[in-house]
Amino acid sequence: MDLLRFITAGSVDDGKSTLIGRLLYDTKNILADQMEAIERASKTRNAGEIDLALLTDGLRSEREQGITIDVAYKYFQTPNRKFISIDAPGHIQYTRNMVTGASNADLAIILVDARHGVVEQTRRHSLIASMLGIPHVIVAINKMDLVGNSEDAFLEIAKSYTELAEKLAIKDLTIIPVSALNGDNIVERSESMGWYTGETLLSVLETVNVLKDQNLDDGRFAVQYVIRPQTDELHDYRGYAGRVQSGSFKKGDLIKVLPSERESKIAKIEFGGNEIAEASVLQSVTILLEDDIDISRGDTIVSINNSPIVSQDIEALVCWMDDKKTLKPGNKYVLQHGTARSRCSIRGIEYQIDINSYEKLDEVESLKLNDVARIVLRTAQPIAYDPYQQNRANGAAILIDETSNVTVGACMIA
Amino acid sequence: MSISVNEASDIQREISERSAPDYLDQLEAEAIYIMREVAGQFERPALLFSGGKDSITLVHLAKKAFAPGKIPFPLVHVDTGHNFIEAIEYRDELAEQINAKLIVRYVEDTIKAKGLKEQTGKNASRNWLQTFTLLDTIEEFEFDACIGGARRDEEKARAKERIFSFRDEFGQWDPKRQRPELWNLFNGRIQKGENVRVFPISNWTELDVWAYLKRENITLPSIYFAHERELILRDGKLLNNTPVIESDPEDQIVTRQVRFRTVGDMTCTAAVESSAITLDEVIAEITVSRISERGETRIDDQQTEAAMEDRKKGGYF
Repeated sequence: MDLLRFITAGSVDDGKSTLIGRLLYDTKNILADQMEAIERASKTRNAGEIDLALLTDGLRSEREQGITIDVAYKYFQTPNRKFISIDAPGHIQYTRNMVTGASNADLAIILVDARHGVVEQTRRHSLIASMLGIPHVIVAINKMDLVGNSEDAFLEIAKSYTELAEKLAIKDLTIIPVSALNGDNIVERSESMGWYTGETLLSVLETVNVLKDQNLDDGRFAVQYVIRPQTDELHDYRGYAGRVQSGSFKKGDLIKVLPSERESKIAKIEFGGNEIAEASVLQSVTILLEDDIDISRGDTIVSINNSPIVSQDIEALVCWMDDKKTLKPGNKYVLQHGTARSRCSIRGIEYQIDINSYEKLDEVESLKLNDVARIVLRTAQPIAYDPYQQNRANGAAILIDETSNVTVGACMIA
Repeated sequence: MSISVNEASDIQREISERSAPDYLDQLEAEAIYIMREVAGQFERPALLFSGGKDSITLVHLAKKAFAPGKIPFPLVHVDTGHNFIEAIEYRDELAEQINAKLIVRYVEDTIKAKGLKEQTGKNASRNWLQTFTLLDTIEEFEFDACIGGARRDEEKARAKERIFSFRDEFGQWDPKRQRPELWNLFNGRIQKGENVRVFPISNWTELDVWAYLKRENITLPSIYFAHERELILRDGKLLNNTPVIESDPEDQIVTRQVRFRTVGDMTCTAAVESSAITLDEVIAEITVSRISERGETRIDDQQTEAAMEDRKKGGYF
């Protein structure tokens, strides 16, 4: 059984929390005491019926305001798969939270209110999903019960969404009419929408192939830590601890270390102190090389005939996340890419992207919270990267403010 | 007690047989990655160890992460003085077996040194007071990162916390000002005096932990398995009958066959009736249980709707 991470995005009141609550409830993932707590809370708020949205609202401040202010995670499973649901808030000023949640998602569920159709926030959420390279998108057209479960209403929204999706690089799109409140087409097929013959939401979640989404070709391994026991029996042991970001490695493979360009051969791959034959994408292993070369945290081991780009000059899409300071050309930050950190300076803002109209805005002088732009930057040390859309793991980077140490930008390297 | 790592040949077979990676392998690889980020990014990390199953899992993951080397950080235990003896014995044996440095600091000492006021009465607990000892210990050893076994499925406030959770110089968590956590790029940069709490098994569920303990053949303290015990029956919950819990005539003293589902401070950890004496039986019982782990056994979370949120803002684990 494998694991699927998905994010849900929608505008305020699109019924996102209700949808997750419904998924948990209909897959019997809500336990008796949690249900009782919700029943109690529903009563005290005079909600009348049991409010499934209360399952995902976490912090007291959120419950008081009735909104989700931060990314929340829920865990559930069916006989076929385990799921991590990432709940990203729909509130307008929290775009950065959706970017954060989307960065680790295999799939995005974008909620659209059937009464309102594709709105500004739908466009925004879709752009973020596409920009973050989420391979699968489900558009759940919710509250179908409030438009009389009408097929025409569904087709009209589906058509306008498909037009939108064509402008974006969404690889795998499914559009489903649902009612989270009534449970229609979530886990159970809807009786009120007999005209819909496609899959239910859960059935897509259970069957979507995520193994294929991984980059299985380009061998990349960022060194996190050097294991040197320096005991009598392991006197000369030098193991490079890290996680295979993409591709795979096996004993005897010729490799190159970047940015130094030194070459060697894999002597051994270990896991938990035992030798293993091969390490593939996402495995955390230890690599031993035949030659005694100088490697430390921040270096990348790559397959010899398949090199990433090594450069100090980088272009990237950035989502700016700081609510206090703006990004301006000339500003300096720490760029964290893989396990490497390097100081960098912003050379320029090529253009900003209006995340609602998708228009490019030229001559932008600075970026504020939630702005998305293409920027040019120069790093103090060379970075060994792949373009983000080809390799999510080796094309992602964050910007850190040097004085506050806060993560201020999410970069998708071009 | 023995903690064994699968034979290499078993792992190889697993890898070649699987098409999609198994979820336990995925969770394990993620946790090991996080452990190594801690070792790579911080100068003085520590692993907070309680003798409970989650921190036992952490130690096992740390062993795997740094094998054949030693775990590059000490184990730290904040002892309330109200812990189960079985958990304490296990802690000491484990530390010795893996040759780890074990640091124990006592809530009792903090109470005396600082003149802290303890809760009194029948539901008194030192749970909150642990925070003072924890923060003092962090200061004493200048720990810049503390690895803990919290899981997001445990509790609502935890579901919102980052894997690298920044704490200010007072150890406080501010849920509204958390650092964005993107991809697997963990930002552990801090100023002196601040620290980061790191939760490598954030994405594991209770059942994942049990399934992993079984798969890895990890021994647990005996209190996790069914045994006869004298207990206080209070408000439907079974508490260990010990002098550290004040009882009154309304409490019933009973003898039952029980196991503990979590192993916290005795004053706020309840037992569940059980006949499960093996890991398989425990897993079977939990799988059919209709009550969540903390809901069934933790008295500390049930005081208010936001009990954990408030404790964390104050510097709790």
